[in-house]
Amino acid sequence: MTDISSGRIEGARSKRHSGSAARRSINLVPAKLPAGFRLLGPAIVLIVWEAASRLGLLSPATLAAPSTAIKTGYEMLVDGSLLPHLAASSARAYSGLVLGVITGVVLALLSGLTRTGEALIDGLVQIKRAVPTLALIPLVIIWLGIGETMKVFLIFTAVLVPVYINTHAALRGIDIGHVELARTLGLTRGEFIRHVALPGALPGFFVSLRLAVALCWTALVVLELVNTQTGIGYLMNRARDWGQTEIIVVGIIIYAALGLLSDALVRIVEARALSYRRALGS
Amino acid sequence: MNAHVTNAVVLRDLSRSFAGKTVLDRISLDIPAGQFVALLGESGSGKTTLLRALAGLDDDAQTKGHFNTPDSVSVLFQDSRLLPWKTVIDNLTLGLRRPDAAPSAKAMLHEVGLADKTDVWPSTLSGGQKQRASLARSLLRSPDLLLADEPFGALDALTRLKMQALLMRLVEHKRPTIILVTHDVDEALLLADRILVLKDGQIAEDHAVSVPHPRRDHQIEITSLRTRLLKSLGVETDSI
Repeated sequence: MTDISSGRIEGARSKRHSGSAARRSINLVPAKLPAGFRLLGPAIVLIVWEAASRLGLLSPATLAAPSTAIKTGYEMLVDGSLLPHLAASSARAYSGLVLGVITGVVLALLSGLTRTGEALIDGLVQIKRAVPTLALIPLVIIWLGIGETMKVFLIFTAVLVPVYINTHAALRGIDIGHVELARTLGLTRGEFIRHVALPGALPGFFVSLRLAVALCWTALVVLELVNTQTGIGYLMNRARDWGQTEIIVVGIIIYAALGLLSDALVRIVEARALSYRRALGS
Repeated sequence: MNAHVTNAVVLRDLSRSFAGKTVLDRISLDIPAGQFVALLGESGSGKTTLLRALAGLDDDAQTKGHFNTPDSVSVLFQDSRLLPWKTVIDNLTLGLRRPDAAPSAKAMLHEVGLADKTDVWPSTLSGGQKQRASLARSLLRSPDLLLADEPFGALDALTRLKMQALLMRLVEHKRPTIILVTHDVDEALLLADRILVLKDGQIAEDHAVSVPHPRRDHQIEITSLRTRLLKSLGVETDSI
């Protein structure tokens, strides 16, 4: 009897407590955004843009309507005039990316795991970091000409820096506790690198990969303004000469789509490789 | 000391200083094989430094004197130090070159009550489970010397009692030499054959605890030593 009655009082009291707590509680941190709501901002911009075009507030000579651009893009895709340019751009961006990521990781490993490596490499990469990629264009044109090699080389050097910096920092930032553990377990240097150093640096490497994927397209835009007959940048540049703003918008949309797609791809690979981090998830 | 007993750990005038500050001051010590030694001392007394010296850590310290330890030494850290990117069993077998590493790791996980956690990520374990996995990793190496640095210090009181019992059960047969750094006088009294009190980098007191196990049944006999140890650690217990 007493148990039941006291239980009821307890229940009533706790109810009142939660009620008053809810009334008084202040949200210090915004609640989690439901899936898809992130697209609200872009959607509003698109609607306003389209409306402004249709109402005649935005002249096609200044900026084409999104619907016009999508229609143009679709027509270019169907008549086959878009794909060769897309292929040319992708080939440049991704060969530069692959070369840059591989070289960046190898340099970071040499510099992060050996003293000689750090003495030889780190200073050089830091200097390269301070020099804007675009400032190298004149010199690289003299060395490599104005062809594909020059473009791939410049993308490669642009990508290399963030990959090196982040991977190197991750390697140097290894948990000292894990290093001590490796020593007390009697790990060899090879075992330490394979089981402790590399997996420990993997999150840093993925950060660098996402930067690199975005960067290879950024560098490409500028480079495709230099003496090319192919590529999305070339298309946009030619469209400027002819005042075709709809093609310029098509180019911008393609760059945005490729950037987002590449980033999503890296995120998926990252989530798989670092699945141990999500083990506790939500 | 008995001449027939071989010493597992021998320290002769061992001094260690960090950037000019002396932390261990000419410590000489013999620990017979199989003895369970608890190292007590206030913060900064040098107990962890002594343990880490025996574990071969802290290269940056200036060391004088010398010490001998067995070839097979295992360290049990206060934090479990499981690698988050390796499953529990891969953490246990890390660096083991024995062909039977995997089956004996499984058997060891069974011993510590983690048989169903073999293939999970360490981040899914509770604090007590992590420390049990860490203990399993240490004992899997059948060490002659087990160095434990406050291994149960971060656990709640109930889990700590369970871990202490587990440790005693697991070392019952092979009887490795154990040095346990702790700030818990009761833990020392419950587990150790010998209690050393460190003060200012020197061994200030050396007590043999001859009370038989299980000690829970011999509370009265250890009470006077308890009071004395607390007093030498600067704790007056008269009022409680």
